[in-house]
Amino acid sequence: MMDGVEQLSAEEAGAFSAGTLATIACCLCGTAIPPNPSNMCASCLRAQVDITEGIPKALAIYYCRNCGRYLQPPKAWIAADLESPELLTLCIKRLKGLSRVKLVDAGFRWTEPHSRRIHVRLTIQKEVFARTILQQEFIVEYTVQYQQCDACKRDAAKIAAWQAVVQARQKVDHKRTFYYLEQLLLKHGTHQDALGIKETGDGIDFYFANRSHAVKLLAFLGDVVPLRHKSSEHLVTHDTHSNSYNYKYSFSAEIAPVCRDDLVVLPPKLSASMGGIGPLVLVSRVSSAMSLVDPTAVQTTDLPAAAFWKTPFSPLMTSRQLTEYTVLDVETTGETSGKFAAAEVTVARSSDLGVNDSTVLVRSHLGHVLHIGDLVSGYDISNAVYNDSLLTGHKASFELPDVVLVRKTYPRRNRARGRKWRLARMAVEMADDDARVARGGAGARDPATRDAEEREGFLQDLEQDAELRAHVNLYRADGATGGEGADGGAEETAMTDADVPAGAGGDADEEDDDEYPEVPIEELLDALDLSKGRDAEGVEGEGDGAEEGAGTAGQ
Amino acid sequence: MATRCLFENSNEIGVFSVLTNAYCVVAIGGSENFYSVFEAELAEHVPVVHASIAGCRVVGRLAVGNKKGLLLPNSTTDQELLHLRNSLPDSVKVQRTEERLSALGNCVAANDYVALTHTDLDRETEELIADVLGVEVLRHSIAGEVLVGSFCNFTNQGGLVHPMTTLEDLDELSSLLQVPLVAGTVNRGSEVIGAGMVANDWSAFCGLDTTSTELSLIESVFKLRDARPSALVNQMRGSLIDQLS
Repeated sequence: MMDGVEQLSAEEAGAFSAGTLATIACCLCGTAIPPNPSNMCASCLRAQVDITEGIPKALAIYYCRNCGRYLQPPKAWIAADLESPELLTLCIKRLKGLSRVKLVDAGFRWTEPHSRRIHVRLTIQKEVFARTILQQEFIVEYTVQYQQCDACKRDAAKIAAWQAVVQARQKVDHKRTFYYLEQLLLKHGTHQDALGIKETGDGIDFYFANRSHAVKLLAFLGDVVPLRHKSSEHLVTHDTHSNSYNYKYSFSAEIAPVCRDDLVVLPPKLSASMGGIGPLVLVSRVSSAMSLVDPTAVQTTDLPAAAFWKTPFSPLMTSRQLTEYTVLDVETTGETSGKFAAAEVTVARSSDLGVNDSTVLVRSHLGHVLHIGDLVSGYDISNAVYNDSLLTGHKASFELPDVVLVRKTYPRRNRARGRKWRLARMAVEMADDDARVARGGAGARDPATRDAEEREGFLQDLEQDAELRAHVNLYRADGATGGEGADGGAEETAMTDADVPAGAGGDADEEDDDEYPEVPIEELLDALDLSKGRDAEGVEGEGDGAEEGAGTAGQ
Repeated sequence: MATRCLFENSNEIGVFSVLTNAYCVVAIGGSENFYSVFEAELAEHVPVVHASIAGCRVVGRLAVGNKKGLLLPNSTTDQELLHLRNSLPDSVKVQRTEERLSALGNCVAANDYVALTHTDLDRETEELIADVLGVEVLRHSIAGEVLVGSFCNFTNQGGLVHPMTTLEDLDELSSLLQVPLVAGTVNRGSEVIGAGMVANDWSAFCGLDTTSTELSLIESVFKLRDARPSALVNQMRGSLIDQLS
């Protein structure tokens, strides 16, 4: 193996001598040699110093048979062909001790592919004694050993083998929070340790092979939504002889049932402790804390998750109960708080236009965005049915306004058609249809239709709210409309858009309105690579289904 | 016979000792091991003297001598000079020199008849060398190195020089010195011959790393194979008888 060739730096040997050098005896064997810096003959030098010392001559590299990738410690898996430069790089990187020598040349020596041996021929140089540079060629044998990569291991693991489960739940009648969570998880890759992800009635279950992975996910969730969790463990097996216990851990993570745009009447105590804000407030943003805004006084405040869970409350009205109004007049009062500006707004219900002349004068915090003629969505409290118990405890003087404006909206139109971006999807196992129907309650529409509507709502939210978008990865769609039905491999996703019934998609009123906020192209990432991983399978197709679903919703 | 020894784990024993046909000066070390090696070999024939020069142990590099004299650098203290004068035989002239190149051992290599010196040595020092050591002084370099005392070592019998010495240099030097010279190494390939070994006409000492090949080369070039002071006398007697008869 060590058929090395050694060269001594002869140019230095004769650097100063004009005449012929005397031969000297090699200091070890006595052979007559021309003098060199070490004053040894080549064979003695070779016997004396092994410059390959400290470099392993045989080692193992790990190869995942399923995906054909090699392990690049500590964690990366790299695809490389036999005798490819990538493989050579990987092999050389594995060699310890190369930093002490100079690598002159490296290449493969051919081996049978099925031998699972890779031979790399290396030529190295090293200064051994003063001014003596030795060059040696040697071969390192790599044994290819099989090891499943993390992704394949996860794919191969049965979901039944889970050891810990995180049950994220939110007791609301929509899934916007989970759509948002899905995008956050995808962006941060937090879900990647999960053996499986299952959608259930009002939440998602994440199954893990390790408790620590579950705890990691919990910590992540706690950072992005107001969350409280309980853990419990279930003893599965117990070996008294080895004193080992095998538990299954369940973490029940409850997300606060208050979402963005919800109308909330704060409990009197909470309102008092927060400086007497409200008590009628809108939720403007939800992260680990809730941002609240008082629409009449234009006051803002943050409610931390801990404070919320001390006195939990549920919303008076939720975004599903929003009504569309048309702005007839706006008069700003000059008060501002953060981005909000107070205004006296005269609105009429859009459905009342041309029917009756009833208008409402509302004090609103949306003075900074509203203009005459705009559409705005709001809560029609005067006609609403709500839970009176939420108002108990407040002073009698507390009166609810007739209307609370929530956000500027745009004419209902098929927004999906012109959308130039799409989202990645997580591979989520679908819940039974029963569960999905149950969530909607009796008389609910087809769950698939409703899912598609909610999803479209979420996408429009993203378009209209740059702040929300900042936490989400948007990908450039391949085609302008993307109607090619990219959902071929998305059987597993919860929301296969293909099963949405064909509606009257592609309405005729499809003219451009300049006003509608579009996602700037700079914010988009390069198009998703479908072959990249299992998550990419579920890429939002913007296909016919979604479009038509939206079209149905618009009618 | 050539002997291998160490001075406090250093192979460069020529740094710590001066050996001539009339005396041997050894540095004062932490232990007497080094001294004992010399004494065991030489005590019957010549005095082996402990000494320091200017408080330093590197006596071999600072002083140069032969059987007629010993030349010391000007940094030598009076006490040290006195000690050496008292310890060495009366026939040996001990003299201090004002030479700028004070590491005389590095700059001068001498046997009893001729001395090679650094090319930049003072004229006065050259005269002093000629007077004290009773030698013919030659300014020369060896293999491009001016520190001739470090890179060569020769006695009245023969000499070892830097391995990179050219054949032409070797011929010229050996005709100048009138002794056979060989290019070689000590201490497993070290080219600092003068620092790696000391020799006189019947014995040599070199560092412990010296290989047997190097040792046999040293023994053959310094003619130490059956060299004893008595053998020398026998040899001289033989030639005297030859001449007289």
